Amino acid sequence: MSILNKHKILETNVTLLLIFSFIVVTIGGIVQIAPLFYLENTIEEVEGMRPYSPLELQGREIYQREGCYVCHSQMIRPMRDEIERYGHYSLAAESMYDRPFQWGSKRTGPDLARVGGRYSDDWHVAHLEDPQSVVPESVMPKYAFLMHHTVHSSHIADYMKTHKLLGVPYTDEMIENAKADFAAQANPDSDYDGLLERYPGAQVRNFDGEPGISEMDALVAYLQMLGTLVDFSTFTPDASR
Amino acid sequence: MSKKSENENGVPTTGHSWDGIEEYDNPMPRWWLYTFYACIVWGIAYSIAYPAWPMVNRATAGLLGFSTRGALVEELAAAEAANAQIDSRLASADLSVIADDAGLNQYAVSKGAAVYRTWCIQCHGSGAAGAVGFPNLLDDAWLWGGDIEAIQTTINHGIRNEDDPDARFSLMPAFGADQLLSEEQIEGVVNYVMSLSGEPHDAAMVAEGAEIFANECAACHSEDGTGNRDLGAPNLTDAVWLYGGDYDTLIETVTYARAGVMPAWGLRLGAAEINAVATYVHQLGGGE
Repeated sequence: MSILNKHKILETNVTLLLIFSFIVVTIGGIVQIAPLFYLENTIEEVEGMRPYSPLELQGREIYQREGCYVCHSQMIRPMRDEIERYGHYSLAAESMYDRPFQWGSKRTGPDLARVGGRYSDDWHVAHLEDPQSVVPESVMPKYAFLMHHTVHSSHIADYMKTHKLLGVPYTDEMIENAKADFAAQANPDSDYDGLLERYPGAQVRNFDGEPGISEMDALVAYLQMLGTLVDFSTFTPDASR
Repeated sequence: MSKKSENENGVPTTGHSWDGIEEYDNPMPRWWLYTFYACIVWGIAYSIAYPAWPMVNRATAGLLGFSTRGALVEELAAAEAANAQIDSRLASADLSVIADDAGLNQYAVSKGAAVYRTWCIQCHGSGAAGAVGFPNLLDDAWLWGGDIEAIQTTINHGIRNEDDPDARFSLMPAFGADQLLSEEQIEGVVNYVMSLSGEPHDAAMVAEGAEIFANECAACHSEDGTGNRDLGAPNLTDAVWLYGGDYDTLIETVTYARAGVMPAWGLRLGAAEINAVATYVHQLGGGE
């Protein structure tokens, strides 16, 4: 085993040790990560996934800013107890436009991957303003200030461009209409046909029930969309994946 | 490595020596070594038996044919099969006679309690006592009816949601926001409504309020203010208030109106689960 005897050279030369350690970690990383990019069965193609509408994207930004992911995961694992509580297990494709993904690593609160449509807008507003008013057992902090913060759409087009740079397929048309779509989604009296054409399945409502577009509108729009895009009545995932 | 040598006790050493302290070079304990080899063998066997090695298009499937999703499908099917018989009885049962069948009723209440704790407690509370804007299910005040068929319909189709065309629907006008009534008229009608349930009110305004009530409110809330379950119009003569019965809240309610929304659970849950949770809610105390 003469090659093993040469190990002393590495052990006594810190630069060489560093270089060879790096090579070993690189090989390990490539073996674990690289196949995920080309194996056809890691990401299934599903119908219904679309990039987030401008208002939903803004809501997602608030979700990240407030650190919701610290207590709430967005990944339902393929286990009976989880799907009976939260709904169908999450698919990789459902995170395909997430930059970054919101899978989370801890559940102090429940999983939110399929919270969309599960509660009314009124409930979300009441719950975000004062969680204990509807769920007395809750340890969630209050987010009443979201109601008083108006969100402006001045940066939304730039924000979408950033996401486009990261690989989200926002079209030029989507970016051009970003401001209009942003305003239209929170106003049921607006002309929102274009919004629905660009973002099928987008829900148009005055989410917080107050005039103007508050951070509450954006966040509730995002929450009410979560997990609703893939129609599981017409899609059966391949069990062998 | 340095050339091996032995110390004076005959134990092999590595030849390293620091200030006269030498390092033994005993062989690994056998039990450790064999466990180590066994782990290597087990690791190779495991990667053959289970999905592991990335190939060109997909990873090897493994000889045992295991998949997480496949195992889940089997587990779900087994759970469903275990209850299939009684679930199909529950799904097709005449709701009004479930209570007479002790076995079915017990199953429905237990299953309904589980469904309730999963899907309903966030709004209606873990004890079903409700919250502001979300009705108490323990009392005998019902907006849309408290017999088991009415409860089942409400759960199945929901209220004022956009997903189910059969959802229960009614819309209270925003009398103030849409300028249907002036501020004084709203104050009058609120004083009248408070007089109905014996709350402190300004007696001087009641007469005017009663007239406005008869014109604007009685169509849904009925002439004596006892409400109308066909329209989800609450009884205004009792002490039960969904959004609050104090003066300021009532002014807000009449000015901006209220329109609570409930999802259509028939779109998410199966018939047996819907009937189970209807049975559960019905037996909580207020069922008619």
